[in-house]
Amino acid sequence: MPTSPSSLGTTASALILAVPIAVPLATGATYAAIRRYAPTDWLSLVSPAAILASGVVLAHAMPGGGAVNAYGGVLRADAVTVWMLLVVGAVAAVACAAGPAYLAHERATGHATQGTARAYHLLVHAFLGAMCAAVLAGNLGVLWVAIEATTIVTAFLVGHRRTRASVEAAWKYVVICSAGIALAFLGIVLLYYAARAAGIPEATALDWPTLVAHADRLDPAVTRLGIALLILGFGAKAGLVPLHAWLPDAHSQAPAPVSALMSGVLLAVSFAAVLRGKVIADAALGPGYAQTLLSLAALLTLALAAALLLGQRDYKRMLAYSSMEHMSLIALGAAIGTPLARAAVLLHIAGHGLAKTVAFCSSGHILHLRRTTRIGRVRGLLARAPGLGAAFGLAVVALLGFPPFSLFASELGIVRAGFTAGLGWLTALALLLVLTAFAALALRTTRMLLGPLPLAPGTPAVPVRLGPAAGLPLAVGLLACAALGVSAGPLTDLLTAATTILGGH
Amino acid sequence: MRPMSTGTYTQLLDLACGAFLLAAVVVLWRRELVAIVRTFALQGIALAAIPLLIGLHEQRWGLIAVATGIGALRAGLLPYLMRRALAALTPSGGEEHHYEEDVSEARETQPLVNVAASLLTAAALTLLAYAVARPLVALNPGPAARALPVGLAVVLIGLFVLATRRRALAQVVGFLLLDNGITATAFLAASGVPLIVELGVSFDVLLAVLVLQILTTRMRTAFGTTDIDDLRELHD
Repeated sequence: MPTSPSSLGTTASALILAVPIAVPLATGATYAAIRRYAPTDWLSLVSPAAILASGVVLAHAMPGGGAVNAYGGVLRADAVTVWMLLVVGAVAAVACAAGPAYLAHERATGHATQGTARAYHLLVHAFLGAMCAAVLAGNLGVLWVAIEATTIVTAFLVGHRRTRASVEAAWKYVVICSAGIALAFLGIVLLYYAARAAGIPEATALDWPTLVAHADRLDPAVTRLGIALLILGFGAKAGLVPLHAWLPDAHSQAPAPVSALMSGVLLAVSFAAVLRGKVIADAALGPGYAQTLLSLAALLTLALAAALLLGQRDYKRMLAYSSMEHMSLIALGAAIGTPLARAAVLLHIAGHGLAKTVAFCSSGHILHLRRTTRIGRVRGLLARAPGLGAAFGLAVVALLGFPPFSLFASELGIVRAGFTAGLGWLTALALLLVLTAFAALALRTTRMLLGPLPLAPGTPAVPVRLGPAAGLPLAVGLLACAALGVSAGPLTDLLTAATTILGGH
Repeated sequence: MRPMSTGTYTQLLDLACGAFLLAAVVVLWRRELVAIVRTFALQGIALAAIPLLIGLHEQRWGLIAVATGIGALRAGLLPYLMRRALAALTPSGGEEHHYEEDVSEARETQPLVNVAASLLTAAALTLLAYAVARPLVALNPGPAARALPVGLAVVLIGLFVLATRRRALAQVVGFLLLDNGITATAFLAASGVPLIVELGVSFDVLLAVLVLQILTTRMRTAFGTTDIDDLRELHD
């Protein structure tokens, strides 16, 4: 690990690493504490702003692939951390900006009282804090604690409606994710055992950089078992087969902005843990082991997602399966593991996060407008609500991988890397499955957007305006995704540094 | 205080691990949820005994403090929460429901796999755990590492309970068995994970159980039962 000193002092790094965790928690606490004069819903934009700001400061503080440590290595930031922080911040900005419109509608329809709105804000910000803690954790144990915390705080957001479907989704979510991620903890325990047996002192035996640096001393048999459990467990939270069954239920039942956060970044944050595990595995066991596990998980997930997209009738579940499709592409890129593939994986995490957030937030507006999640009952969306239809349509176009959106570049990168790395048959098979998913998603979205308005004859068809509060966040998200596709711009150096770190150099 | 002789230490450690595994098997055998929760509490005591014995043997006082905390959480607080959830589900008193077959919330009425087959599976899973754990035992041979497969066996039995039991609370016990097994593995393999991680994990487990307890109540309100098989609103 290159540990070129950063330009931050000890106090400054302690402060800047704490900001992305502390500010969301403080914002949530503010919402919970002030009862009489409820703070405006727009206050929630403070958290993403703080996360983005600390990401930018960290990016400038450590040029050339250094790392910033604080609190005895419990919190640590390298280029991968900064990249993930920026993704979390950007997606959270769109999702939090979509929050006021969502809550306004819930209040107007009598679904949300002041109390439920307060709980919503508290849980969403605790969720953001936990995700940032997971991204910033330098210690695998702390990383695990933070990811399990995301399950706990989002449980009631998934089950917010208390209907049968809602309770069922929340139950499956907590049981499958907690049990799945418990397996990841067993994997971490085994890695700790191997590290202790290799003579690494207790205080640093779970630190990621230490494990990578001393990976050659870890017992291969124990490490193999530990890594398999790690990939299985964190893969469960990332929506990978075999512990994926919670995903479509939870993502379709949560409020739209929360679905956006869960789908856009939580999956990726969890997968970042897999990526960290893969660096240890590659150094300890050679590149073949994690590659086999990840490509197997990727192909099975992709096949399942494509098959279930084909018969999908519910547009929120459709978006959820599309998330599984994209996570399996990311897993495939990680399995390929060449520098091009690693860069494409990071870019795909960012692009998918932004596009999926816009898609889920607009799906929330569609649900409010049409009061159904059935694809067949949403016809003529472009005629009924042109702005909303355009936003949803463009988000799906981005998810389908069309230029100028960044998913085009990253998917192309993953496929090219797959063919040049000698994994041609694997990539070809994946490509075939992606095309199936593409056809299903395109067909269903077209059916929602076009077609005649299902109105009684004689009713004047007045287009519904989206309004700036609801429309602006969607437009900004789409623009960011497109801009990232045209050029990584000032993020290029960061992306290069993060790619190098994930290569274990 | 004199350190324990190695012979006594090994015997007591094996005893604690044996009781730990036995408790997991008894959970599979019993059907009354009250009995299952009581067995789970006993397993918590056996679990707390493991770091206590290691701490006494190696004269590490920190480990004894951790053992106290583990005991308070796993044999005290978590079983208490489970009993409270059970009492909320069965207002007229949990244990008097023997006559009321099949509809009682307090019984695991028809697990997916019957008791005899469950016990056989537990035996098979234990053998599997011993087979899988061979490289783990070989890495650091000693009395603690030799007992390590027991932790893995309880993890597997916990997963089995989770997959085959139909009552919501029985599933929670399955999750907690899984968790107990991992904690035992951590103590037997490396005298436990660092304190900050142990604290975080315990806190997460406690919160997860609280969340599941509230969800159980909501499930009862929404579905009229806590039978997992009735959760079939969402499917493709």
